[in-house]
Amino acid sequence: MSDVFVVGIDMTKFQKAGTGPSVDLLGAQAALMALDDCGLEIQQMEALYCGNLGQANAMVGQRVLQQIGQTGIPVVNCANACATGATAFREAWMAIKAGVYDLVLAVGVEKMGGGLLGGAGGGTGIPKEGLLGSGTMPAVFAEAGMEHTRKHGTTFEQFAKVSVKNHHHSTMNPKSMYQIETPLETVMNAEMIAYPNTKLMCSVNVDGSAAAVLASEKKARELGLMKRAVRVKASVMTSDPWQERDLVMPDVNTCTRLAAKKAYEMAGVGARDINLVELHDCFATAELLHYENLGLCGEGEAGKMIDTGETALGGRVPVNVSGGLLSKGHPLGATGIANIYEVSTHLRGEAGKRQVPNARFGLTHVIGLGSACGIHILEKVSA
Amino acid sequence: MAETSAQKPLPVVDFLKLPDGGDPYLEGHKCQSCGAVFLGERAVCSKCGARNQMKATKLSNQGTLYVYSIVHRSFPGIQVPYVSAIVDLEGGGTVKGNLINVEPNPEKIRLGMPVEVVYKDALGRKDREGNSYVSYFFQPRP
Repeated sequence: MSDVFVVGIDMTKFQKAGTGPSVDLLGAQAALMALDDCGLEIQQMEALYCGNLGQANAMVGQRVLQQIGQTGIPVVNCANACATGATAFREAWMAIKAGVYDLVLAVGVEKMGGGLLGGAGGGTGIPKEGLLGSGTMPAVFAEAGMEHTRKHGTTFEQFAKVSVKNHHHSTMNPKSMYQIETPLETVMNAEMIAYPNTKLMCSVNVDGSAAAVLASEKKARELGLMKRAVRVKASVMTSDPWQERDLVMPDVNTCTRLAAKKAYEMAGVGARDINLVELHDCFATAELLHYENLGLCGEGEAGKMIDTGETALGGRVPVNVSGGLLSKGHPLGATGIANIYEVSTHLRGEAGKRQVPNARFGLTHVIGLGSACGIHILEKVSA
Repeated sequence: MAETSAQKPLPVVDFLKLPDGGDPYLEGHKCQSCGAVFLGERAVCSKCGARNQMKATKLSNQGTLYVYSIVHRSFPGIQVPYVSAIVDLEGGGTVKGNLINVEPNPEKIRLGMPVEVVYKDALGRKDREGNSYVSYFFQPRP
Protein backbone atom coordinates (compact mmCIF):
# COMPACT_ATOMS: atom_id res chain seq x y z
CA MET A 1 0.00 0.00 0.00
CA SER A 2 1.29 3.41 -0.95
CA ASP A 3 2.04 6.04 1.63
CA VAL A 4 -0.28 8.99 1.26
CA PHE A 5 0.94 12.58 1.13
CA VAL A 6 -0.61 15.96 1.57
CA VAL A 7 0.72 17.86 -1.43
CA GLY A 8 -1.50 20.93 -1.34
CA ILE A 9 -3.30 22.45 1.63
CA ASP A 10 -4.72 25.79 2.69
CA MET A 11 -7.50 27.46 4.65
CA THR A 12 -9.45 30.69 4.44
CA LYS A 13 -8.97 33.33 7.09
CA PHE A 14 -11.62 32.45 9.64
CA GLN A 15 -14.17 35.25 9.95
CA LYS A 16 -17.05 36.21 12.19
CA ALA A 17 -20.01 33.82 11.91
CA GLY A 18 -22.48 34.89 9.28
CA THR A 19 -20.13 37.26 7.43
CA GLY A 20 -18.71 34.75 4.95
CA PRO A 21 -19.98 33.99 1.47
CA SER A 22 -22.41 31.11 0.83
CA VAL A 23 -21.21 27.67 1.87
CA ASP A 24 -20.42 26.54 -1.69
CA LEU A 25 -18.41 29.68 -2.46
CA LEU A 26 -16.60 29.44 0.86
CA GLY A 27 -15.72 25.80 0.18
CA ALA A 28 -14.67 26.72 -3.35
CA GLN A 29 -12.26 29.34 -2.01
CA ALA A 30 -10.32 26.84 0.10
CA ALA A 31 -10.44 24.20 -2.66
CA LEU A 32 -8.87 26.61 -5.15
CA MET A 33 -6.28 27.71 -2.59
CA ALA A 34 -5.28 24.09 -1.93
CA LEU A 35 -5.02 23.39 -5.67
CA ASP A 36 -2.91 26.52 -6.11
CA ASP A 37 -0.71 25.46 -3.21
CA CYS A 38 0.48 22.49 -5.29
CA GLY A 39 -0.08 23.96 -8.75
CA LEU A 40 -2.71 21.42 -9.78
CA GLU A 41 -6.08 21.83 -11.50
CA ILE A 42 -9.50 20.50 -10.56
CA GLN A 43 -9.38 18.37 -13.75
CA GLN A 44 -6.60 16.32 -12.15
CA MET A 45 -8.65 15.41 -9.06
CA GLU A 46 -10.16 11.93 -9.16
CA ALA A 47 -12.58 12.27 -6.24
CA LEU A 48 -13.85 14.80 -3.72
CA TYR A 49 -14.69 14.18 -0.08
CA CYS A 50 -16.51 17.14 1.39
CA GLY A 51 -17.23 17.77 5.07
CA ASN A 52 -20.04 20.07 6.17
CA LEU A 53 -22.49 19.83 9.02
CA GLY A 54 -24.99 22.69 8.70
CA GLN A 55 -26.17 21.65 5.25
CA ALA A 56 -25.37 17.96 5.51
CA ASN A 57 -28.39 17.03 3.41
CA ALA A 58 -27.75 19.56 0.65
CA MET A 59 -24.94 18.17 -1.53
CA VAL A 60 -22.34 20.75 -0.53
CA GLY A 61 -19.48 18.92 -2.31
CA GLN A 62 -21.29 18.92 -5.63
CA ARG A 63 -22.14 22.59 -5.17
CA VAL A 64 -18.45 23.34 -4.58
CA LEU A 65 -17.65 21.64 -7.89
CA GLN A 66 -20.40 23.67 -9.54
CA GLN A 67 -18.32 26.70 -8.54
CA ILE A 68 -14.88 25.44 -9.59
CA GLY A 69 -15.28 22.70 -12.18
CA GLN A 70 -17.89 20.00 -12.78
CA THR A 71 -15.66 17.19 -13.92
CA GLY A 72 -18.00 14.31 -13.13
CA ILE A 73 -15.83 12.82 -10.36
CA PRO A 74 -17.38 10.96 -7.43
CA VAL A 75 -18.32 13.22 -4.53
CA VAL A 76 -18.97 11.98 -1.01
CA ASN A 77 -20.50 14.36 1.52
CA CYS A 78 -19.50 13.66 5.12
CA ALA A 79 -21.09 14.68 8.41
CA ASN A 80 -19.59 13.57 11.72
CA ALA A 81 -20.21 16.44 14.18
CA CYS A 82 -17.00 18.33 14.96
CA ALA A 83 -14.95 15.48 13.45
CA THR A 84 -16.53 16.16 10.05
CA GLY A 85 -13.46 17.69 8.39
CA ALA A 86 -11.16 14.98 9.72
CA THR A 87 -13.63 12.40 8.43
CA ALA A 88 -13.55 13.86 4.90
CA PHE A 89 -9.74 13.96 5.00
CA ARG A 90 -9.56 10.38 6.26
CA GLU A 91 -11.94 9.12 3.56
CA ALA A 92 -9.69 10.73 0.96
CA TRP A 93 -6.66 9.11 2.60
CA MET A 94 -8.38 5.73 2.61
CA ALA A 95 -9.34 5.93 -1.06
CA ILE A 96 -5.68 6.45 -2.00
CA LYS A 97 -4.47 3.90 0.52
CA ALA A 98 -6.82 1.37 -1.07
CA GLY A 99 -5.25 2.08 -4.44
CA VAL A 100 -8.46 3.32 -6.02
CA TYR A 101 -7.21 6.86 -6.75
CA ASP A 102 -3.90 8.75 -6.86
CA LEU A 103 -5.12 12.34 -6.43
CA VAL A 104 -8.02 13.27 -4.19
CA LEU A 105 -9.42 16.56 -2.91
CA ALA A 106 -10.80 16.93 0.62
CA VAL A 107 -12.76 20.04 1.60
CA GLY A 108 -14.19 21.07 4.96
CA VAL A 109 -16.48 24.07 5.15
CA GLU A 110 -18.90 25.61 7.63
CA LYS A 111 -21.01 28.70 8.02
CA MET A 112 -21.94 29.09 11.66
CA GLY A 113 -24.81 30.75 13.46
CA GLY A 114 -24.15 32.69 16.63
CA GLY A 115 -24.72 31.72 20.23
CA LEU A 116 -24.87 28.52 22.19
CA LEU A 117 -24.68 25.09 20.65
CA GLY A 118 -26.45 22.09 22.14
CA GLY A 119 -29.37 21.92 24.56
CA ALA A 120 -30.82 19.35 26.93
CA GLY A 121 -33.46 17.00 25.61
CA GLY A 122 -35.76 17.74 22.72
CA GLY A 123 -38.78 15.83 21.60
CA THR A 124 -42.21 16.09 23.07
CA GLY A 125 -43.53 17.65 26.23
CA ILE A 126 -41.78 20.65 27.74
CA PRO A 127 -38.29 22.14 27.25
CA LYS A 128 -35.76 20.25 29.38
CA GLU A 129 -32.94 22.81 29.32
CA GLY A 130 -32.48 24.30 32.79
CA LEU A 131 -34.82 21.67 34.21
CA LEU A 132 -32.83 18.48 33.75
CA GLY A 133 -29.48 20.23 33.91
CA SER A 134 -27.89 21.72 30.82
CA GLY A 135 -27.12 20.28 27.43
CA THR A 136 -25.41 23.44 26.22
CA MET A 137 -21.90 22.75 25.02
CA PRO A 138 -20.19 25.11 27.50
CA ALA A 139 -21.88 23.27 30.37
CA VAL A 140 -21.23 19.81 28.97
CA PHE A 141 -17.53 20.58 28.64
CA ALA A 142 -17.51 22.33 32.01
CA GLU A 143 -18.73 19.08 33.52
CA ALA A 144 -16.07 17.14 31.61
CA GLY A 145 -13.47 19.52 33.08
CA MET A 146 -14.91 19.13 36.56
CA GLU A 147 -14.29 15.41 36.27
CA HIS A 148 -10.59 16.29 35.95
CA THR A 149 -10.92 18.62 38.93
CA ARG A 150 -12.51 15.82 40.90
CA LYS A 151 -9.73 13.37 40.09
CA HIS A 152 -6.73 15.68 40.12
CA GLY A 153 -7.70 18.96 41.78
CA THR A 154 -7.37 20.98 38.57
CA THR A 155 -8.31 24.62 39.16
CA PHE A 156 -10.37 27.25 37.36
CA GLU A 157 -7.15 29.23 36.95
CA GLN A 158 -5.38 26.32 35.26
CA PHE A 159 -8.25 25.92 32.80
CA ALA A 160 -8.18 29.67 32.15
CA LYS A 161 -4.46 29.55 31.35
CA VAL A 162 -5.26 27.43 28.30
CA SER A 163 -7.19 30.33 26.86
CA VAL A 164 -4.41 32.81 27.67
CA LYS A 165 -1.93 30.60 25.81
CA ASN A 166 -4.08 29.94 22.75
CA HIS A 167 -5.08 33.58 22.35
CA HIS A 168 -1.41 34.51 22.62
CA HIS A 169 -0.54 32.03 19.89
CA SER A 170 -3.18 33.46 17.60
CA THR A 171 -1.50 36.88 17.64
CA MET A 172 1.06 35.25 15.33
CA ASN A 173 -1.51 33.68 13.01
CA PRO A 174 -2.99 36.01 10.40
CA LYS A 175 -5.63 33.39 9.47
CA SER A 176 -6.99 33.29 13.01
CA MET A 177 -10.31 34.97 13.76
CA TYR A 178 -8.75 36.90 16.66
CA GLN A 179 -5.26 38.28 17.16
CA ILE A 180 -5.58 39.56 20.68
CA GLU A 181 -3.76 38.95 23.93
CA THR A 182 -6.06 37.94 26.78
CA PRO A 183 -4.27 38.12 30.14
CA LEU A 184 -5.30 35.69 32.87
CA GLU A 185 -7.43 38.24 34.75
CA THR A 186 -9.26 39.10 31.54
CA VAL A 187 -10.05 35.45 30.87
CA MET A 188 -11.14 34.70 34.43
CA ASN A 189 -13.22 37.88 34.73
CA ALA A 190 -14.94 37.51 31.38
CA GLU A 191 -18.66 36.72 31.45
CA MET A 192 -19.20 33.36 33.12
CA ILE A 193 -21.05 31.12 30.70
CA ALA A 194 -20.95 27.78 32.51
CA TYR A 195 -18.55 27.51 35.43
CA PRO A 196 -15.66 27.04 35.01
CA ASN A 197 -15.88 28.15 31.36
CA THR A 198 -16.01 31.92 30.85
CA LYS A 199 -16.81 33.44 27.48
CA LEU A 200 -13.11 33.60 26.56
CA MET A 201 -12.82 29.90 27.35
CA CYS A 202 -15.41 28.95 24.71
CA SER A 203 -14.50 28.38 21.07
CA VAL A 204 -15.41 31.08 18.59
CA ASN A 205 -18.21 30.53 16.07
CA VAL A 206 -16.77 31.49 12.68
CA ASP A 207 -17.27 30.96 8.98
CA GLY A 208 -14.35 29.12 7.45
CA SER A 209 -13.11 26.53 5.06
CA ALA A 210 -10.00 24.39 4.61
CA ALA A 211 -8.99 22.01 1.85
CA ALA A 212 -6.27 19.48 1.10
CA VAL A 213 -5.00 17.71 -1.99
CA LEU A 214 -3.84 14.19 -1.15
CA ALA A 215 -1.63 12.10 -3.41
CA SER A 216 -0.17 8.63 -3.64
CA GLU A 217 3.64 8.48 -3.42
CA LYS A 218 3.92 7.50 -7.06
CA LYS A 219 1.82 10.46 -8.19
CA ALA A 220 3.50 12.94 -5.85
CA ARG A 221 6.92 11.94 -7.23
CA GLU A 222 5.69 11.93 -10.82
CA LEU A 223 4.38 15.49 -10.39
CA GLY A 224 7.53 16.65 -8.62
CA LEU A 225 5.62 17.55 -5.47
CA MET A 226 7.68 15.73 -2.84
CA LYS A 227 9.64 18.74 -1.67
CA ARG A 228 6.75 20.34 0.21
CA ALA A 229 4.82 17.11 0.71
CA VAL A 230 3.75 15.96 4.17
CA ARG A 231 3.47 12.25 4.89
CA VAL A 232 0.31 10.96 6.57
CA LYS A 233 1.85 8.56 9.08
CA ALA A 234 -1.39 7.65 10.78
CA SER A 235 -5.09 8.21 10.23
CA VAL A 236 -7.39 6.88 12.92
CA MET A 237 -11.03 7.25 13.80
CA THR A 238 -12.91 5.86 16.77
CA SER A 239 -16.40 6.04 18.21
CA ASP A 240 -17.16 6.03 21.90
CA PRO A 241 -16.85 2.69 23.67
CA TRP A 242 -19.50 2.06 26.33
CA GLN A 243 -18.92 3.93 29.58
CA GLU A 244 -21.11 3.86 32.66
CA ARG A 245 -22.08 7.56 32.51
CA ASP A 246 -22.51 7.66 28.72
CA LEU A 247 -26.22 8.36 28.77
CA VAL A 248 -25.91 11.65 30.57
CA MET A 249 -22.27 12.64 30.21
CA PRO A 250 -20.61 12.55 26.80
CA ASP A 251 -17.19 10.97 27.17
CA VAL A 252 -14.44 12.64 25.13
CA ASN A 253 -11.66 10.77 26.89
CA THR A 254 -12.09 7.09 26.11
CA CYS A 255 -12.45 7.50 22.35
CA THR A 256 -9.44 9.85 22.29
CA ARG A 257 -7.28 7.43 24.26
CA LEU A 258 -8.28 4.60 21.98
CA ALA A 259 -7.54 6.66 18.87
CA ALA A 260 -4.21 7.91 20.22
CA LYS A 261 -3.05 4.39 21.01
CA LYS A 262 -3.93 3.19 17.52
CA ALA A 263 -2.37 6.26 15.89
CA TYR A 264 0.96 5.91 17.68
CA GLU A 265 1.03 2.23 16.74
CA MET A 266 0.23 2.97 13.11
CA ALA A 267 2.83 5.73 12.90
CA GLY A 268 5.47 3.77 14.77
CA VAL A 269 6.19 6.76 17.00
CA GLY A 270 5.38 7.66 20.57
CA ALA A 271 3.92 10.75 22.17
CA ARG A 272 7.46 11.86 23.02
CA ASP A 273 8.35 12.04 19.33
CA ILE A 274 5.59 14.55 18.57
CA ASN A 275 6.85 18.11 18.08
CA LEU A 276 3.53 19.93 17.94
CA VAL A 277 -0.15 19.17 18.49
CA GLU A 278 -3.36 20.76 17.27
CA LEU A 279 -6.04 19.33 19.54
CA HIS A 280 -9.74 19.90 20.05
CA ASP A 281 -9.88 22.86 22.45
CA CYS A 282 -13.58 23.51 21.87
CA PHE A 283 -13.53 24.73 25.47
CA ALA A 284 -10.55 25.53 27.66
CA THR A 285 -11.52 22.68 29.99
CA ALA A 286 -11.22 20.19 27.12
CA GLU A 287 -7.61 20.99 26.26
CA LEU A 288 -6.22 19.83 29.59
CA LEU A 289 -8.08 16.50 29.38
CA HIS A 290 -6.46 15.78 26.04
CA TYR A 291 -2.89 16.35 27.29
CA GLU A 292 -3.35 13.15 29.24
CA ASN A 293 -5.59 11.43 26.67
CA LEU A 294 -2.92 11.90 24.00
CA GLY A 295 -0.12 10.85 26.35
CA LEU A 296 1.60 14.24 26.23
CA CYS A 297 1.98 13.98 30.01
CA GLY A 298 1.25 11.45 32.72
CA GLU A 299 -2.08 10.98 34.50
CA GLY A 300 -3.00 14.01 36.56
CA GLU A 301 -0.14 16.12 35.21
CA ALA A 302 -2.09 18.30 32.77
CA GLY A 303 -2.51 21.13 35.28
CA LYS A 304 1.21 21.20 35.89
CA MET A 305 1.85 21.07 32.17
CA ILE A 306 -0.09 24.27 31.52
CA ASP A 307 1.46 25.93 34.59
CA THR A 308 5.01 25.29 33.41
CA GLY A 309 4.42 26.42 29.84
CA GLU A 310 5.40 23.11 28.29
CA THR A 311 2.59 23.41 25.76
CA ALA A 312 3.23 27.04 24.82
CA LEU A 313 5.27 27.96 21.75
CA GLY A 314 8.89 27.46 22.82
CA GLY A 315 7.88 24.70 25.26
CA ARG A 316 8.53 20.97 24.98
CA VAL A 317 5.42 20.20 22.90
CA PRO A 318 3.53 23.29 21.75
CA VAL A 319 -0.22 22.76 21.61
CA ASN A 320 -2.59 24.79 19.42
CA VAL A 321 0.03 27.17 18.07
CA SER A 322 -2.61 28.23 15.52
CA GLY A 323 -4.67 29.79 18.32
CA GLY A 324 -6.85 26.73 18.48
CA LEU A 325 -10.59 26.65 18.35
CA LEU A 326 -10.61 29.14 21.22
CA SER A 327 -9.07 31.95 19.20
CA LYS A 328 -8.59 30.86 15.59
CA GLY A 329 -12.20 29.76 15.58
CA HIS A 330 -14.25 26.61 15.14
CA PRO A 331 -16.16 26.24 11.86
CA LEU A 332 -17.33 22.72 12.68
CA GLY A 333 -16.90 21.00 9.31
CA ALA A 334 -13.64 22.79 8.46
CA THR A 335 -11.83 22.35 11.77
CA GLY A 336 -10.49 18.86 11.09
CA ILE A 337 -8.73 19.99 7.91
CA ALA A 338 -7.70 23.41 9.24
CA ASN A 339 -5.68 21.74 12.00
CA ILE A 340 -3.98 19.52 9.42
CA TYR A 341 -3.14 22.73 7.52
CA GLU A 342 -1.55 24.16 10.66
CA VAL A 343 0.61 21.13 11.36
CA SER A 344 1.57 20.77 7.68
CA THR A 345 2.65 24.41 7.60
CA HIS A 346 5.03 23.81 10.50
CA LEU A 347 6.40 20.59 9.00
CA ARG A 348 7.08 22.54 5.81
CA GLY A 349 8.86 25.21 7.84
CA GLU A 350 6.50 27.89 6.54
CA ALA A 351 4.77 29.00 9.74
CA GLY A 352 6.58 32.32 10.09
CA LYS A 353 6.59 33.88 13.56
CA ARG A 354 4.83 30.96 15.18
CA GLN A 355 7.04 28.30 13.59
CA VAL A 356 7.84 25.37 15.88
CA PRO A 357 11.56 24.90 15.17
CA ASN A 358 12.73 21.65 13.58
CA ALA A 359 9.26 20.09 13.64
CA ARG A 360 9.32 16.57 12.24
CA PHE A 361 6.16 14.96 13.61
CA GLY A 362 2.85 16.68 14.33
CA LEU A 363 -0.47 15.36 15.60
CA THR A 364 -3.99 16.62 14.94
CA HIS A 365 -7.02 15.66 17.01
CA VAL A 366 -10.73 16.38 16.80
CA ILE A 367 -13.75 15.20 18.73
CA GLY A 368 -17.26 15.19 17.40
CA LEU A 369 -19.60 14.83 20.33
CA GLY A 370 -21.75 11.79 20.12
CA SER A 371 -18.91 10.70 19.58
CA ALA A 372 -16.27 10.56 16.87
CA CYS A 373 -12.56 11.03 17.46
CA GLY A 374 -10.19 11.60 14.56
CA ILE A 375 -6.41 11.64 14.96
CA HIS A 376 -3.80 12.18 12.26
CA ILE A 377 -0.04 11.99 12.68
CA LEU A 378 1.91 13.82 10.00
CA GLU A 379 5.60 13.68 9.16
CA LYS A 380 7.91 16.08 7.42
CA VAL A 381 9.34 14.59 4.24
CA SER A 382 13.11 14.82 4.36
CA ALA A 383 13.61 15.04 0.63
CA MET B 1 -57.95 13.06 26.24
CA ALA B 2 -56.59 16.53 26.93
CA GLU B 3 -59.14 16.93 29.70
CA THR B 4 -58.06 13.92 31.70
CA SER B 5 -54.33 14.42 31.16
CA ALA B 6 -54.61 18.08 32.20
CA GLN B 7 -55.81 16.90 35.59
CA LYS B 8 -52.95 14.55 36.32
CA PRO B 9 -49.37 15.80 35.87
CA LEU B 10 -47.23 13.90 33.41
CA PRO B 11 -43.68 12.63 33.98
CA VAL B 12 -41.00 14.86 32.41
CA VAL B 13 -39.16 11.85 30.99
CA ASP B 14 -40.29 8.30 30.38
CA PHE B 15 -37.94 6.88 33.01
CA LEU B 16 -39.70 8.88 35.75
CA LYS B 17 -42.58 6.72 36.99
CA LEU B 18 -45.67 8.07 38.75
CA PRO B 19 -47.48 5.00 40.10
CA ASP B 20 -51.10 5.47 41.17
CA GLY B 21 -51.13 5.80 44.93
CA GLY B 22 -47.36 5.33 45.21
CA ASP B 23 -44.27 7.51 45.39
CA PRO B 24 -42.57 8.66 42.21
CA TYR B 25 -39.33 6.95 41.29
CA LEU B 26 -36.73 6.73 38.53
CA GLU B 27 -36.67 3.52 36.57
CA GLY B 28 -33.55 1.95 35.11
CA HIS B 29 -33.20 -1.01 32.85
CA LYS B 30 -30.51 -3.40 33.95
CA CYS B 31 -28.81 -5.92 31.73
CA GLN B 32 -29.07 -9.34 33.39
CA SER B 33 -26.02 -10.44 31.48
CA CYS B 34 -23.44 -7.75 32.35
CA GLY B 35 -25.15 -5.52 34.92
CA ALA B 36 -25.08 -2.28 32.92
CA VAL B 37 -27.86 0.12 33.90
CA PHE B 38 -29.69 2.24 31.32
CA LEU B 39 -32.35 4.92 31.56
CA GLY B 40 -35.37 4.14 29.42
CA GLU B 41 -36.41 0.90 27.80
CA ARG B 42 -34.27 -0.93 25.28
CA ALA B 43 -33.96 -4.42 23.83
CA VAL B 44 -30.20 -4.77 23.38
CA CYS B 45 -27.40 -3.95 25.81
CA SER B 46 -24.88 -1.56 24.27
CA LYS B 47 -22.21 -2.62 26.73
CA CYS B 48 -22.18 -6.36 26.04
CA GLY B 49 -24.57 -6.78 23.11
CA ALA B 50 -26.90 -9.20 24.94
CA ARG B 51 -30.43 -9.24 23.54
CA ASN B 52 -33.65 -9.34 25.55
CA GLN B 53 -31.82 -9.36 28.87
CA MET B 54 -33.11 -6.01 30.12
CA LYS B 55 -35.06 -5.92 33.36
CA ALA B 56 -36.82 -2.87 34.75
CA THR B 57 -35.39 -1.84 38.11
CA LYS B 58 -36.28 0.87 40.58
CA LEU B 59 -33.35 3.26 40.99
CA SER B 60 -32.31 4.62 44.36
CA ASN B 61 -33.21 8.14 45.48
CA GLN B 62 -29.85 8.40 47.21
CA GLY B 63 -26.67 9.26 45.40
CA THR B 64 -23.53 11.35 45.25
CA LEU B 65 -22.66 14.36 43.15
CA TYR B 66 -20.23 13.25 40.47
CA VAL B 67 -19.69 16.59 38.67
CA TYR B 68 -21.55 19.83 38.00
CA SER B 69 -21.46 23.13 36.17
CA ILE B 70 -23.04 26.41 37.24
CA VAL B 71 -24.87 27.66 34.19
CA HIS B 72 -24.97 31.44 33.83
CA ARG B 73 -25.99 31.68 30.20
CA SER B 74 -28.64 29.50 28.63
CA PHE B 75 -31.27 29.81 25.96
CA PRO B 76 -33.75 32.71 26.01
CA GLY B 77 -36.40 32.29 28.68
CA ILE B 78 -34.38 29.85 30.80
CA GLN B 79 -33.81 31.23 34.26
CA VAL B 80 -30.15 31.40 35.32
CA PRO B 81 -28.02 30.71 37.23
CA TYR B 82 -28.72 27.09 37.96
CA VAL B 83 -26.60 24.08 38.76
CA SER B 84 -26.45 21.32 36.18
CA ALA B 85 -25.44 18.16 37.99
CA ILE B 86 -24.50 14.59 37.22
CA VAL B 87 -25.34 12.22 40.04
CA ASP B 88 -24.32 8.60 40.57
CA LEU B 89 -27.17 6.76 42.27
CA GLU B 90 -26.51 4.13 44.91
CA GLY B 91 -26.74 0.68 43.40
CA GLY B 92 -26.22 1.89 39.84
CA GLY B 93 -27.47 4.41 37.34
CA THR B 94 -26.22 7.92 36.59
CA VAL B 95 -28.68 10.76 36.09
CA LYS B 96 -28.38 14.37 35.00
CA GLY B 97 -30.55 17.13 36.41
CA ASN B 98 -30.72 20.38 38.34
CA LEU B 99 -29.14 20.54 41.78
CA ILE B 100 -31.40 22.70 43.94
CA ASN B 101 -31.41 24.13 47.46
CA VAL B 102 -27.74 24.97 47.20
CA GLU B 103 -26.08 28.31 46.52
CA PRO B 104 -24.79 28.43 42.91
CA ASN B 105 -21.26 29.06 44.07
CA PRO B 106 -18.35 26.66 43.53
CA GLU B 107 -17.29 27.16 47.14
CA LYS B 108 -20.64 25.83 48.35
CA ILE B 109 -20.78 22.75 46.16
CA ARG B 110 -18.56 19.81 46.96
CA LEU B 111 -17.77 17.15 44.39
CA GLY B 112 -18.79 13.81 45.86
CA MET B 113 -21.31 15.33 48.27
CA PRO B 114 -24.30 13.14 49.19
CA VAL B 115 -27.51 14.14 47.44
CA GLU B 116 -31.04 12.83 47.20
CA VAL B 117 -33.57 12.77 44.41
CA VAL B 118 -36.76 14.75 45.01
CA TYR B 119 -39.84 15.02 42.83
CA LYS B 120 -41.68 18.28 42.19
CA ASP B 121 -43.55 20.29 39.60
CA ALA B 122 -41.37 21.02 36.55
CA LEU B 123 -40.74 24.72 37.32
CA GLY B 124 -44.25 25.57 36.18
CA ARG B 125 -43.51 24.58 32.60
CA LYS B 126 -46.55 23.36 30.67
CA ASP B 127 -46.89 21.84 27.23
CA ARG B 128 -49.09 23.18 24.42
CA GLU B 129 -52.13 21.32 25.74
CA GLY B 130 -51.67 22.91 29.15
CA ASN B 131 -50.46 19.75 30.88
CA SER B 132 -48.34 20.09 34.01
CA TYR B 133 -45.29 17.93 34.51
CA VAL B 134 -43.49 16.33 37.40
CA SER B 135 -39.72 16.45 37.26
CA TYR B 136 -36.91 15.12 39.41
CA PHE B 137 -34.31 17.30 41.11
CA PHE B 138 -31.29 16.73 43.30
CA GLN B 139 -30.73 18.37 46.64
CA PRO B 140 -28.04 18.02 49.30
CA ARG B 141 -28.81 15.33 51.84
CA PRO B 142 -29.27 16.67 55.35
